[in-house]
Amino acid sequence: MTHLAEPETAEEVLGQKSTVGRQVHAVLHRMPALSPLVVLIAAGIAFGLVNSRFFLPGNLSIVLQQASIVGSLAVGQTLIILTAGIDLSIGAVMVLSSLVMAKLVSNDGVPGPIALLIGLVVAVLAGAVNGVLVTRIKLPPFIVTLGTLSIFTAVTLIYAQGQTISLPPNTFLTWTGDTISIGSFHLTVGVIMMLVLYAVFAYALRQTAWGKHLYATGDDPEASNLAGIQTNRVLLSAYIVAGAVIGITAWILVGRINGADPNAGVNANLESITAVVIGGTSLFGGRGAVVGSLIGALIVQVFDNGLALAGVDPNYQVLAVGILVLLAVGADQWIRSVKS
Amino acid sequence: MSQPVLEAEGLVKVFGPVVGLAGVDIQLYPGEVLAVIGDNGAGKSTLIKCLSGAMIPDSGTIKFDGKVVSFRSTQEARETGIETVYQTLAVAPALDIASNLFLARERRRKGLLGSVLRMLDTPGMKRDAKQYIDDLGITTLQNISQSVETLSGGQRQAVAVARAAAFGGKVVILDEPTAALGVRETGQVLRLIRDLRERGLAIILVSHNMPNVFEVADRILIQRLGHLAGVITPQSHTPAEAVAIMTGAVTLEESGDVRAAGS
Repeated sequence: MTHLAEPETAEEVLGQKSTVGRQVHAVLHRMPALSPLVVLIAAGIAFGLVNSRFFLPGNLSIVLQQASIVGSLAVGQTLIILTAGIDLSIGAVMVLSSLVMAKLVSNDGVPGPIALLIGLVVAVLAGAVNGVLVTRIKLPPFIVTLGTLSIFTAVTLIYAQGQTISLPPNTFLTWTGDTISIGSFHLTVGVIMMLVLYAVFAYALRQTAWGKHLYATGDDPEASNLAGIQTNRVLLSAYIVAGAVIGITAWILVGRINGADPNAGVNANLESITAVVIGGTSLFGGRGAVVGSLIGALIVQVFDNGLALAGVDPNYQVLAVGILVLLAVGADQWIRSVKS
Repeated sequence: MSQPVLEAEGLVKVFGPVVGLAGVDIQLYPGEVLAVIGDNGAGKSTLIKCLSGAMIPDSGTIKFDGKVVSFRSTQEARETGIETVYQTLAVAPALDIASNLFLARERRRKGLLGSVLRMLDTPGMKRDAKQYIDDLGITTLQNISQSVETLSGGQRQAVAVARAAAFGGKVVILDEPTAALGVRETGQVLRLIRDLRERGLAIILVSHNMPNVFEVADRILIQRLGHLAGVITPQSHTPAEAVAIMTGAVTLEESGDVRAAGS
């Protein structure tokens, strides 16, 4: 069968003609967070040229602080989207959890650490509810979380009874809002927690079997199952772990607004999805990097901040974010489409 | 020949009024390629699903290495040493070749990195994947870090087959491995099948493609309407005779060679 051993096939010959487009495609395929990083750097340079105040450490610190809530939430959202799911209830769970924490301390005199723990449990349980509905009853994540979005929002409003909770400063729960100054940078504990979340999940997704299985499950659940991955367990774990991330974000939120407000973060559901999508993670699952979501969250804040400094109507920021989302989804389509 | 590595006796599987398998016997020996052919509905898929743990037969026994086994899942069959490559390419397209080879069997680093931080031995797995792919002579797979979706259909099938054979499996069941492939890619996969046979693996090849079957099989098991119509060899019968037996135009006895049936 010597004719089988010839190395030259049509596709191999074609493969050698690697065009620039093909090379760009290959690089983006491997590093999906690269294009948003380019956008972030370009936007930063552009805004810095328009108004030099943009690069002042104080201003960059504000950008980071403003990105801390959506940025942290986007870690959880990334886990869900990597499994080819979506969580529309993520912001509602965060608000519910933050309200539980703050209200337990303020109205019921529960010590801060215990209130935090109960708030975390609430968020994890909410994630588990979503996960069980998705894996056991086999409902599409979009529909499940559309339903639980209403449910968790309603529970929050009923529990809050129209109250907004304010906590005194320098308590355990508001510690996440405390400022840590590094030179002229003023980071909050919440910002550092967000960065730690990214570091932890960048590691977990890249370097552990759980991460590999999460990617594989989102990429091709049937093939993953046949390979021996228990995809339902992987899916459920993603929703539960995302719940824990949401709970930690709730703590960061309490520190940021010094309390809890049932109407805080009404846009956080969609903003977290925006950050993940701009960050280059595919809505079809199995592709992307969690660090991209950080870049995505920062891009949104940089446009907000930079356009304000440039004296531009803030509505243009919304317009710019919309265009970026479409560009990101278009880029993802391209990355997924080209085959050998 | 030596003792069969996989053996089944009197396998029956009924789906309501439909008889999928009506008492089928099969013996598979180390280092042989046993092809299973048959028309649609002949029970090929039911047979291999029973052998691979995807289905539980209603009656009959399955022996692996002489010991009676019963699989409740494909996972159990896999742990015993029976790997199956499905017609739908069971590879995760966005993952790279090494990750696909080790999917669901990832290896952790030694020491605290592995036990506490659960860190994967990515460099080690890549090295072994490369070594293994080279051993199998799959020369068209150069870059082990390439994502599988950038590969051609034949290369992907090669990855799927390589994975099935990589982890100490003794029996590899291939369900229509060349159905979606072009001529040249089919050739690559057939060569891989021969390589695996030379390594002493036992291979069950389910295929519709008579030329492929006659090119690579040692023995050919013909299924007809849930029954075993006979076992022939590429030497004892021509493809036309095989098709005639398969479709019921003639029986094995009429075809003039009963010797091969008992081999």
